[in-house]
Amino acid sequence: MFPSLTRFPGDLFVEMEGLQRQVEQLLGVRRAPSSIRAAGRGAFPAINMGVTPEAVEIYAFAPGVEPSAIDVSVDKGVLSIAGERASTLPAGDEKVSVYADERFAGSFRRVVSLPEDADTARVEASYRNGVLKIVIPRHEASKPRRIEVKD
Amino acid sequence: MEMKQKELERPASGAQPAPLVPPVDIVEDGDGILVIADLPGVAKEAISIGVEDDTLTIEGVVSLGEPAQMQPVYAEIGVARFRRSFVLGRDLDTSRIEAQMKNGVLRLRVPKLERAKPRRIEVRAD
Repeated sequence: MFPSLTRFPGDLFVEMEGLQRQVEQLLGVRRAPSSIRAAGRGAFPAINMGVTPEAVEIYAFAPGVEPSAIDVSVDKGVLSIAGERASTLPAGDEKVSVYADERFAGSFRRVVSLPEDADTARVEASYRNGVLKIVIPRHEASKPRRIEVKD
Repeated sequence: MEMKQKELERPASGAQPAPLVPPVDIVEDGDGILVIADLPGVAKEAISIGVEDDTLTIEGVVSLGEPAQMQPVYAEIGVARFRRSFVLGRDLDTSRIEAQMKNGVLRLRVPKLERAKPRRIEVRAD
């Protein structure tokens, strides 16, 4: 705006900007370095999230799980994905040797906090090629729209 | 020396990022070896399984069908490619490998050669 004004140390503008930044950080307006619910490498299922102008889309990489056995729920702006994946390894067979046992087995639960404008009343989930896709529309008000300029 | 440093700083100029290594379970029974690999997001048509000399390589390309205008917010899977190789023993029959894909899980069966199948060896007592 007035760059020359902000160069003075202790200037009101500088202070205001610093204060604003702090408030934004507290309110979570600016993207935090990493989400508190972010899981380290190897968490099951791995999760990707993206937004389009119309919707929030979440992809959970959960191969080898029966779609009917996945529990997807939304509560207070938080999405949970839970389920169980059975081990494919044979149990207690003497004639079988196991060389690698890296794949996840057991029950899982992942939680994702949704953007504020997600319309959690209309959540759709589908499962394809081992990926659970969850689409949540965004509220009308937050979609970009063109405003006509009248004469 | 200078060249080397530059290479270190930018090792992947124009190169693709390293593919993801899929987790596997590997089990052997009397008939052969079973490899089970997690390849989520990989369609049956997007998998390639190859054997060169005695090395078995599994490769898969992830396609999620996401909208073109999508902006990523958070990503734990940042590469859309899986790749993993295994060295096979000479007792395995690479000409009869069977592969099956369901719900993003690949099951690969590598049978043993007939002559390599287990047999009981008689212990003679003189």
